[in-house]
Amino acid sequence: MAILVDRNTRVLVQGITGRQGSFHTEQMLRYGTRVVAGVTPGKGGSEVHGVPVYDSVEEAVRRHPEINASIIFVPAAGAVDACYEAIEAGIGLLVPITEGIPTHWTMQLVRYASLRGVRIIGPNTPGVISPGECKLGIMPGSVFTRGPVGIISRSGTLTYEIAQNLTEKGIGQSTCVGIGGDAIVGTGFIEILELMARDPDTRCVVLIGEIGGDAEERVAEYVVRENYPKPLVAYVAGRTAPPGKRMGHAGAIISLGVGDALTKMRRLREAGVRVAETPGEVAALVEEALRARQR
Amino acid sequence: MRLIEYEGLRLFTEAGIPTPRYSVVDDPNQAVRAAEQISPPVVLKAQVLVGGRGKAGGVRVVEALQDVGKVAGEILGMEIRGERVKRLVVAEAVRHSEELYLSIIVDRTSNRHLILASRMGGVDVEELSKSHPEALVRAPIDPLIGLHDWQIRMLLAHLKLSSETAKQFQDIVKKLYSVYRQYYCDLAEINPLALTDDGRLVALDAKIILDDNAARLHGFKFAGEAGVESEAVRLGLNYVELDGDIGIICNGAGLTMATMDLVYTLGGRPGCFLDLGGGASAERVYTALKFLFNRPHVKLVFLNVLGGITRCDEVADGIVRAYDEFGGSKKIVVRLVGTREEEGRRILASRNIGYFTRMMEAAEAAVKQTS
Repeated sequence: MAILVDRNTRVLVQGITGRQGSFHTEQMLRYGTRVVAGVTPGKGGSEVHGVPVYDSVEEAVRRHPEINASIIFVPAAGAVDACYEAIEAGIGLLVPITEGIPTHWTMQLVRYASLRGVRIIGPNTPGVISPGECKLGIMPGSVFTRGPVGIISRSGTLTYEIAQNLTEKGIGQSTCVGIGGDAIVGTGFIEILELMARDPDTRCVVLIGEIGGDAEERVAEYVVRENYPKPLVAYVAGRTAPPGKRMGHAGAIISLGVGDALTKMRRLREAGVRVAETPGEVAALVEEALRARQR
Repeated sequence: MRLIEYEGLRLFTEAGIPTPRYSVVDDPNQAVRAAEQISPPVVLKAQVLVGGRGKAGGVRVVEALQDVGKVAGEILGMEIRGERVKRLVVAEAVRHSEELYLSIIVDRTSNRHLILASRMGGVDVEELSKSHPEALVRAPIDPLIGLHDWQIRMLLAHLKLSSETAKQFQDIVKKLYSVYRQYYCDLAEINPLALTDDGRLVALDAKIILDDNAARLHGFKFAGEAGVESEAVRLGLNYVELDGDIGIICNGAGLTMATMDLVYTLGGRPGCFLDLGGGASAERVYTALKFLFNRPHVKLVFLNVLGGITRCDEVADGIVRAYDEFGGSKKIVVRLVGTREEEGRRILASRNIGYFTRMMEAAEAAVKQTS
């Protein structure tokens, strides 16, 4: 078992004929992900790496009723439209990879999806991977291996860095979720922590946070309030970031006195989370957490 | 992107929010002419993006027309926290008895738009929320439903304005919300919102922060951030200038920040944040390196790439091109792992450019070479 995606995930790729969509369809297929259909309006009837392409999500779902997740590579101007189309067609898990969607649009989409009971991971996310079972994203599959550690992250490459360190130490991962680097995301740290708490394959959770917003602070409150059942390790990027500057990710900005890294690290420590000073320390802290648990 | 005050005032005027009469000028003679038309007393306000311009002497009330030229000359050319004053707003000095606060923001925690209002305006809202949290009223706006009268009634119940002022307030909230929506703002703030001696509400300042994603998508054109960071934007680079001497360049915002932090932890001083983003081509790597080689404060370039969709051979090609052009003018430390790393390293080795595979070792080398 894993969370969000596993062997039973059947994937639709929206924007499949684009450069990114087509490249990552091939990468996902190679990894073993069951990509069953793609959509690009106007390109229905063609194929991308053997995957049939349809003009609409409705048609794709009618022909392939087993579809239960959609990954979206549509550019920012049309990404939200693609998500609404997928929600209307009844798909329950959406992963918009797209970077650059206006915040006001995402806010509306996220509210609507929650009313419709649809889970959105992202936007501006590398996606989700349950190593060995399903890769629904753009991450390099080679740095991940199957194992007991769940990863939840606001960043892409930093997650690969930390996963690779874990893998080199022989510690695999259950599911790794990129929640996205934007100010507003569909699913937050806490909702993924809840799923991981119930997942028997996950024995320890790594949180990779960064400056901006108060998501890490809310995790600290949640962990104490719920007496979180699994050990947590965290790393927070951006302690040298100046206030008021957007650091690459739309959501990575210290504003109105909220969102600096040191406060986040302190609050997590106070909540009993093992907080790494550098990305390289995460793997050692995970080892320690797993050992402590076995005793 | 934060707008300069006069750009924000222009959006307010277009939306019909009452503002003082004002002109934007860039030399003392124009300031005098503007002051003549408005008739003193006038307020001269430095048009800069940094905060604290009032304390720095960048906002001054001038009572007599003959003093306008001199004061304008003093403010123009001032440097306020490193930012040169190139423009002034000359505005009617509005006599008022009270200052209110009004803003609309994106609330990340609740995924709602949020209206904030207070009778205690004129001070910084961060300070206000700490010193008098009870004086700051909030009303949420569900993004699916938008602004309705009940939210304004909720604010008014706390603000206790006279019925005539309340009517104006309601009108201003609606107009501010229309600006906020039309320009996809992260923040639209009026502080202070003055209550004049004759009972009118007037926006004396405009602070607007646009969502960069929306501004890019909709092609909003504003003066916005000035200087070197706007040059980086033109080149399509995610760049933030810092005050150290190690130029940090990586693929991915999280990795770039983590690399900055690591350099700092090891005793080095990061000189910039430069994120290449995903899937950078050799051309993009070259452009970014060239940009950093031309930044005088950068003594050493530390490139840390973990390739996923980014290919190490493309990165190596970009490095070689920059290296050929700039050779030994600056030191460079490279850490290169991930997709097609063997090919990438072969390219570097063929030109005797060294590289690391571990982030920690590379960071240590970068710090050692600059200390």
